[in-house]
Amino acid sequence: MESVRRFCVRVAECRWILPLLLVIGMGFCVAAESGGLLNSYTRFVLITMGVNIILCASLNLVNGYLGEFSVGHAGFMALGAYAAAMMTTRLFPQMPALFLPAIFFGGLVAAVIGFLLALLSFKTRGDYLALITLAFLMIVKSALENIPWVGGPRGLAGIPTLSSLPITFGAAIVTLWVIRNLVFSKFGRAVVAIREDEIAANSMGVRTREAKILAFSVSSFFGGVAGALLAHQITFINPGSFDILKSTEILVMVYLGGIGSLAGSVLGAVIFTLLSEVLRDFGTWRMVILPLILVLLMLFRPRGIMGLRELPWFLPRRELTSRRKKP
Amino acid sequence: MSALLEIDRVTMRFGGLCAISDCRLSVSAGVAHGIIGPNGAGKTTLFNLITGIYRPTEGRIRFKGHDITGWRPARIALDGIGRTFQNIRLFKALTVLDNVRIAYDTQLHYHPLEALARVGRYGRGEEESIARGLGLLEHFGLAEFATLRACELPYGLQRRLEIARALAVQPSLLLLDEPAAGMNTAETAALTTFLRDIRAHFQVTMILIEHHMHLVMNLCDKITVLDFGRTLAEGTPAEVRADPRVIEAYLGDGEA
Repeated sequence: MESVRRFCVRVAECRWILPLLLVIGMGFCVAAESGGLLNSYTRFVLITMGVNIILCASLNLVNGYLGEFSVGHAGFMALGAYAAAMMTTRLFPQMPALFLPAIFFGGLVAAVIGFLLALLSFKTRGDYLALITLAFLMIVKSALENIPWVGGPRGLAGIPTLSSLPITFGAAIVTLWVIRNLVFSKFGRAVVAIREDEIAANSMGVRTREAKILAFSVSSFFGGVAGALLAHQITFINPGSFDILKSTEILVMVYLGGIGSLAGSVLGAVIFTLLSEVLRDFGTWRMVILPLILVLLMLFRPRGIMGLRELPWFLPRRELTSRRKKP
Repeated sequence: MSALLEIDRVTMRFGGLCAISDCRLSVSAGVAHGIIGPNGAGKTTLFNLITGIYRPTEGRIRFKGHDITGWRPARIALDGIGRTFQNIRLFKALTVLDNVRIAYDTQLHYHPLEALARVGRYGRGEEESIARGLGLLEHFGLAEFATLRACELPYGLQRRLEIARALAVQPSLLLLDEPAAGMNTAETAALTTFLRDIRAHFQVTMILIEHHMHLVMNLCDKITVLDFGRTLAEGTPAEVRADPRVIEAYLGDGEA
């Protein structure tokens, strides 16, 4: 047992494994896409997994690192999905080369709205902030339902299938990379300090307003990116698909994988995606088993599998040496 | 010379309750100033006013000659006021090192985009905050615990870490809110030596709230006695000890 443990620690501290895995993963994605190695179902599940990783990691920034409770993430998804889909269907149709700018545009629209929301609500915390994000989600949904230009309640159909495996994989890596670099900087530590004790953070000179706004904007940016990818995966979006249930799904991933952890975000998203596919055969039982798992998790591991811990692969080398216990 | 901190006729009302009433306090650079008074006298409120957590109902607060009334807490901290809390407020789930790094971080100047790309001032800044953090922990005898989470430290060391974190703000004025709370006589005596060392080493002016008379009388050059939000007496430890009003209001029960 001890030797297994020691082996795991050794592997976890090897700096070259993660880059290698990423290169292999990217190679696999490109090969699978051009060579048609995967059937369309497996491909669909893998893309969903990538989108879920982006959603989970970005929501973790607010709900895990900042320690707030946002239920509005589906709203940012919706903004990103609609903004990007408008670009690829109305503004520049038949131009797949513009898909990446469209994704970025989707993220940007979500980030601007996220920024404004944070600006308006930075003084509220806890339950009150949760209520504001809930209200935001409802506003987005009913706004989209009432704009005929984007399809109203019937939604937007005929979105081109552009979310490929390599693009989704790449977007997930970029998301994790950005959030990781942010978290292990003075900005990330400020965000975490607010979660731990806002008054103390303030008294140490942490500009809490700036830190909160930054966390919210980045989180909503990637929420929008995920929405854009989803729209170009399922090719049809309507306001109803970005409701509180969608937000709840992301919340489950975050709290399953572990708050304040990137490795946890990946783990939570992967487990959740696989589990919801496996449980698809059980029909209605799916909505019994999934919540049951969540209840058990909250009872036995309330911070999630990787809660507040990080896989050394994700740590910058500098942090690693300062964290390692002295011999 | 002018005072480092000057509290000028400050009043703080919470609804009908007057926590601080017409308080005047002047602290010169380099002194250790004690604030004593019974529970509910407004001592902690005074600290919260100085650090900007509350905004005074009336009156002005001047620090280093400029008016800081109404400034946000972060700005006041960066201006040079560090503090500890009566009930320890560490970043519990973070490592001991990160606790002090967060204070050093606020003195770093790099842009979020530099952090995202890991270029420019980011790398040097991070090295600097780690090195300074470790150096400070070394001085406080906490270096061997740098990788532990703050909540895993024993109580006495948590108190010490909180003082270290307050000093990482690089304050010229250090506010200590009951640093000896929950300590026995021997520990309090050790704390007195410790605080004296800090004062000499960091060249910092101190205001401390304390109930342990021994600590206050030994450490402080000047003492202010608060009662019901009013200044009851002010003077050297000897003067305060001899003041009949103080004896009546606070020390009368044989505490001294």
